Amino acid sequence: MTAAPLLSLQSLTVRFQTPDGVVDAVAGIDLDIRPGEILGLVGESGSGKSASCLAVMGLLGPYASTTGSIRFAGQPIAGDIATLRGRSIGMIFQEPRASLDPVRTIGSQLREVLHLHRPELDAQAAEAEAASLLRRVGLPEPARQLRAYPHEISGGMAQRVAIALALAGNPRLLLADEPTTALDVTVQAQVLDLLSRLRDETGLAIVLVTHDLGIVAQYADRVAVMRHGKVVEQAPVHTLFARPSHDYTRQLLAALPRSEADRPAPKPVATPLLRVTGLARHFAQPRGWFQPAAPKLRAVDGVSFDIDAGETLAVVGESGCGKSTIALMLAGLIGMTAGHIAFAGRDLGSTSPAERRALRRQLQIVLQDPGEALDPRLSVATQVEEPLLIHRTGGDRAQRRETVRATLAAVGLDDWALDRRPHELSGGQRQRAALARALVLEPSLLVLDEPTSALDVSIQAQVIDLLTRLQRARNLAYLFISHDLRLVSRVADRVAVVYLGRIVELAPTATLFANPQHPYTRALLSAVPEPDPDRRGRTRILLQGEPPSPTALATGCRFRARCALAQRVCASDDPSLLPAEGGAQVACHFPGGAG
Amino acid sequence: MDFILRKSLRALLTLCIVVTLTFVVLRTSGDPAIVILGTDATPEMIARFHADWGLDQPLPLQYVHYVGHIVTGDFGTSFLDGRPALTVVAERLPNTLRLAGLGFLLTLGLGIPAGVLAALNRGRLLDRLVVTGAVLGHSVPSFFLAILLILLLAVRWHLLPSGGANAPEAIIMPALTIAAGGMGSIARFTRAAMLDALRQPYVRGVLARGVSWPNAVRAHVMPNAAIPTLTMIGFLLGSLVAGAVITETVFAWPGIGRLIITSVARRDLAVVQCIVLLVATTMVLANLTVDLLYGWLDPRMRAPAQEDR
Ligand SMILES: Nc1ncnc2c1ncn2[C@@H]1O[C@H](COP(=O)(O)OP(=O)(O)OP(=O)(O)O)[C@@H](O)[C@H]1O
Ligand code: SF4
Ligand SMILES: [Mg+2]
Repeated sequence: MTAAPLLSLQSLTVRFQTPDGVVDAVAGIDLDIRPGEILGLVGESGSGKSASCLAVMGLLGPYASTTGSIRFAGQPIAGDIATLRGRSIGMIFQEPRASLDPVRTIGSQLREVLHLHRPELDAQAAEAEAASLLRRVGLPEPARQLRAYPHEISGGMAQRVAIALALAGNPRLLLADEPTTALDVTVQAQVLDLLSRLRDETGLAIVLVTHDLGIVAQYADRVAVMRHGKVVEQAPVHTLFARPSHDYTRQLLAALPRSEADRPAPKPVATPLLRVTGLARHFAQPRGWFQPAAPKLRAVDGVSFDIDAGETLAVVGESGCGKSTIALMLAGLIGMTAGHIAFAGRDLGSTSPAERRALRRQLQIVLQDPGEALDPRLSVATQVEEPLLIHRTGGDRAQRRETVRATLAAVGLDDWALDRRPHELSGGQRQRAALARALVLEPSLLVLDEPTSALDVSIQAQVIDLLTRLQRARNLAYLFISHDLRLVSRVADRVAVVYLGRIVELAPTATLFANPQHPYTRALLSAVPEPDPDRRGRTRILLQGEPPSPTALATGCRFRARCALAQRVCASDDPSLLPAEGGAQVACHFPGGAG
Repeated sequence: MDFILRKSLRALLTLCIVVTLTFVVLRTSGDPAIVILGTDATPEMIARFHADWGLDQPLPLQYVHYVGHIVTGDFGTSFLDGRPALTVVAERLPNTLRLAGLGFLLTLGLGIPAGVLAALNRGRLLDRLVVTGAVLGHSVPSFFLAILLILLLAVRWHLLPSGGANAPEAIIMPALTIAAGGMGSIARFTRAAMLDALRQPYVRGVLARGVSWPNAVRAHVMPNAAIPTLTMIGFLLGSLVAGAVITETVFAWPGIGRLIITSVARRDLAVVQCIVLLVATTMVLANLTVDLLYGWLDPRMRAPAQEDR
């Protein structure tokens, strides 16, 4: 590990001219990347990770200026970066589809790059090379993918294509800017494994930008932590996790939700606070004028669960599995195709409108993106007060104002926030304001749809602490939707794992994490990168492929196409959710891998 | 294939609606007998005229005859000079085609490059010049521009003939007049489409792979910008026809634009009908072409919309 650095940054600064003045995105960093190493670059949003990478590539755009030195293989790169792009240094971006030209086939984009960097290849050889590149990044049926357009492939496949494009010129360094943030954990594991395999095979050096310490622990050799445009700590991965030397690194590590379930199992109650039975929502597919009707999209297809007062039920699953649709139906924001929702023993479908309104007040929702829930033109106080006005409660003006103030205080916002507009608040403060708006009616159940996924790790930890305190103080029940399994293991009492609109496993958190029964749950858990570099060796079950579309549901078990245990019976019989070991319920013919 | 079929069927349906509407509007907008025979015609003369031209039959029956004739290519006979309406129109058609064709070429040939260059030089002098010129071209009424051109180029400097179609250079002023408005719109539209395409993240992706800036613009930005621009070109064809009517009148250009004005004034039903159908068919075909080109340029259009959720 003492080879001469491949890329070397010295006192690199990046400054943006914006309408609001200058922003010093990178404030003098020194960083070396050696051949064949994976350097994890972590730090909160806006800390200058992307700006540093783009500075190396010379792609910052017209409003940026850089100073300092950037050397590649010992040579300074200044004016001739354009000749290095793609040939010596490749780059991939967070949103994979966004780096592909939507109107050209994948094959034509690959041939363009090959023609540029490997002009010795003739048309036929280039075609063959394009196919072999796709094979190298693990795409099935390369010949067919070459003719596909970017919108015809999934996000995970698009990121593989982006990697193939970046590698076509045989670069020695790959800058990967959050390459898996837009992907599901199962697909994320596939893509990251691919990157580390490519490194092993070809000695490619990789700068892996991420905000997920789990990814760093599993894949990086060395780590650089950035904050406010500076590198605050740089160390080999084991050292960093074992003996972090900078305060900020310690904070980051402390904020990590650990994968250990330490919550007591809840005791069952006679009448649950919320009982959902057979909930379903199908969407009609858009179709053309002379098209036959498309099959219905079964976003949610028969889901039943209970939530007790003061309990947290987490709903997890890959994107598109129907998590948010469940939340929206519970909140009454979209209608349901079938099923019943009973609140405190009263079926919402058969109560009088007045009673339904009163019951609905008990059930509030907080959305993923606080920007969506808050109106940018209105002050925080006005928006927190609004539900009181809509439901005509809360007494007179002065009393309402007092309620608003108390609620804001409960979520940790002082009077300063009252007259602020959303854009004057930070992401964490906005999410608190959105939470206050949901709490002001004193509900007994909150539906939280990815409440922290738009927030940085450290702020995420604060919001989770707040939620836990509120739950204890008010005996609140939560339906907690998330794709972050580490977080779920910390906050939930029970977990429902959803696959293609159905619950495939529902179990107390400790049971689920210690002894997952459904093959899908096991794959999902093993895809989570653990923030512990000493646990790299563990055997993992990698899921192949991506979730099929909820329109193309075959008979039998929905998971069968990706299941390693599938037998003949799985093709004919749809397994129903049945009790299994440890208080779990599982929808699988061979729970726990038996058989 | 399916895409082409769908678009063609839709075009056919539009044509049927046009044919019907033409009939309804022309039959309910005044009695041609009175216009042609004069207000002091006797009731017998009018009745005779109606019988001769089949106007005394009930409307539904007239409609059936009308559709039957059109399908067999018979557009009726001009009330005024007794020749087949199609012959009267066909005589004038080449003139209009020449004029509109040249106008169209000018519009695209000058408007699109101007828009592209403006976008690539955003904020610089060239960009400002193009934007100002485009706004002017778009907002100056064509009759005003026509008169201005005549005053300067014909009356004052005697460079070009002020009207007619006898000299080959006589087409220059009417073609410029027709092109001016469209040129302005297309330049502004192309500029906006280019700016939008330049902002897309794939541009950065393409550059990161080592593609040079000029190649990225030529092979990625321009094809993407072409898609919205194409819609605009479809609209332009419509304004071209409207422009032809005014321009041909001002420049005494013997095309169908002028023919339709005289025919409407004299209630020469068959000729008006023939021109309206001709223009409508052209428009429908032009839009069909745009639709098909759209599908060819934009792979996302070929399949019927498939939402992610
Ligand atoms: N094009 C730009 N114009 C102006 N300011 C910018 C621009 N790009 C980035 N910045 C600013 O530079 C700083 C660093 O941004 P950068 O994108 O490098 O952060 P990051 O660490 O990659 O964050 P994230 O985790 O959100 O991707 C931020 O304050 C950001 O607002
Ligand atoms: S029922 Fe069969 S296919 Fe489905 S998860 Fe269980 S073993 Fe796999
Ligand atoms: Mg970034």
